[in-house]
Amino acid sequence: MSAILKVSNATMQFGGLVAVDDVSVVQREGEILSLIGPNGAGKTTFFNLLTGVYKPTKGQILFLDEDITNLKPYERVEKGISRTFQNIRLFSELTTLENLLVAHPDCNREGLIESIFGRSKLIAKRSKVVEDCENILEMIGLKDQELELATNLPYGKQRLLEIGRALATNPRLVLLDEPGAGMNGLEKEELSSLIINITKKLNKNILLIEHDMKFVMSISDRIIVFDHGVKIAEGLPEEIQNNQQVIEAYLGRGITDDEE
Amino acid sequence: MKIKLTKPVLAVVFALLLALPLVTTNNYVLHIFISMGIYVILSLSLNFVTGFAGQLSLGHAAFYGIGSYVGALIMLNFHVNFFLALIISAVVSGLFGFLLGLPTLRLKGDYLAIVTLGFGEIVRLVFINWAKVTRGPLGLPGIPKPTVFGVELNTSMAFYYMAIVMIIVTVVIMNKIINSGIGMAMQTVKADEIAAESVGIQPIKYKMLAFVISSAFAGIAGCFYASFISYISPTTFIYNTSVTILAMVVLGGLGSIPGSIVGAVILTLAPELLRFLSNYRMLIFGALMVVMMIYRPQGFWGAGKRVKNIYKIKAGGGKHVGHIKG
Ligand SMILES: Nc1ncnc2c1ncn2[C@@H]1O[C@H](COP(=O)(O)OP(=O)(O)OP(=O)(O)O)[C@@H](O)[C@H]1O
Ligand SMILES: [Mg+2]
Repeated sequence: MSAILKVSNATMQFGGLVAVDDVSVVQREGEILSLIGPNGAGKTTFFNLLTGVYKPTKGQILFLDEDITNLKPYERVEKGISRTFQNIRLFSELTTLENLLVAHPDCNREGLIESIFGRSKLIAKRSKVVEDCENILEMIGLKDQELELATNLPYGKQRLLEIGRALATNPRLVLLDEPGAGMNGLEKEELSSLIINITKKLNKNILLIEHDMKFVMSISDRIIVFDHGVKIAEGLPEEIQNNQQVIEAYLGRGITDDEE
Repeated sequence: MKIKLTKPVLAVVFALLLALPLVTTNNYVLHIFISMGIYVILSLSLNFVTGFAGQLSLGHAAFYGIGSYVGALIMLNFHVNFFLALIISAVVSGLFGFLLGLPTLRLKGDYLAIVTLGFGEIVRLVFINWAKVTRGPLGLPGIPKPTVFGVELNTSMAFYYMAIVMIIVTVVIMNKIINSGIGMAMQTVKADEIAAESVGIQPIKYKMLAFVISSAFAGIAGCFYASFISYISPTTFIYNTSVTILAMVVLGGLGSIPGSIVGAVILTLAPELLRFLSNYRMLIFGALMVVMMIYRPQGFWGAGKRVKNIYKIKAGGGKHVGHIKG
């Protein structure tokens, strides 16, 4: 299998704090890869390196064999990386549907001239955009609420909408930052089958951060473990479950938390 | 306050406006309406960048001034036709918007406001001090009127109807942009730049676009004003004017096209209607603004109304009306 993502020796320093420390990761085409680790381990920071919110202090990021280390966030979206946020960042004053529309490349790259003078060709293009986005809404189960403002959706649905928005950019790789946070058991089960659908039916690659171990173990093809910015383990779910270093990192959490 | 912009209401207002010059021969009244029209375009254009794309500008009068001076100078010196001058003024003002935006749109909120304020002052000082071209404080007199097929359009009535046409064109164009993919992208940039970038939107591009379009329309208003009033001087394009336009946008409701129109109408009419109060009128006027901002901070037409998304309708998706409770 070829690699979709290849990160070599990535380091991110904030002043004296090394949030991501010399991390190398390879994600293979087609796999669901999970990133776990105690609070403050550097998981979200790693996502921010992948999406270009931060430029790594050191290291290189290859996406589909192309060096994207110096690309801007919006350029990486064009390349095919999209994400959700740990703290939901929807466009709260736009409707559910509009949140997807703005993410669709044919919508947010519309030209000025065509937007003023466009006729049937523009209408056809927009119809296609709306159709694409409604298909995604169908998939995430939000079709019925497409005209609701995002801010009026319940929390769990807002999380789903963020996933839908990430899908609307037509990505190859989707980064999900704690998609199940704040969801109840039933919602998590639905989320789990949604994620599997995204990989199987839409052929997208998923890299996901999650704290719920049961969820992670059941869904992941492979797992990577961070602690204090360092990658301490990598392997199949069973391997990770029995890894001594991982168990220690999680057990020691109460102590390290106080140090911060 | 609930105002419904139904089709019949609009039709009646429009008919009344069209009929106005036929019922009144009073030039003073028409004059006020034409000024109002110029301010409608100015407030619509500022609303585009500040209300809609969320970039606070305190130097809008500069673009108004650039349009005025460019239009006046090319009509006076090169005898350029008024309608061509309108377009050239728009392009030059838009270009200045671009040049100012290039370094400054990376700044946020207050900083951008200060830079645009500074820009406004610099432009005014150039009008005053570049006397060889602008005649400095003396201003430029004798700016020609438009001519169509050799006929000079020098009546107030002609300017009145031209203003109406200009407003309609402005509203139609802005409506199209606001309800396009571009408009939606602008809204996301205003709401959350990081989220916008995360879906592939380049914030600076849309801020720039908003800034350029806004400046270009201000330039058109400027050129129109120059020809209408036939004499311009730097005193028109002062900080005070920028603030007045901003007040129109805020009073009408940030981000709202009908709001900007209402704001411009009220703020041009109010000083005239309150004229009998003589020296107290500005005082009372200020007090009214304060009361308004306390009881209806979203403006007459702001937030409470969210226009249906034409993107969806155009796509053939049927009725689609989002609403904000408020
Ligand atoms: N912009 C920043 N400036 C300074 N420090 C930062 C910044 N972003 C993150 N950090 C620090 O980097 C460390 C890693 O944070 P990060 O958010 O990546 O952890 P995480 O693994 O996502 O944790 P959680 O599970 O709580 O979400 C933390 O100590 C955090 O305070
Ligand atoms: Mg995190």
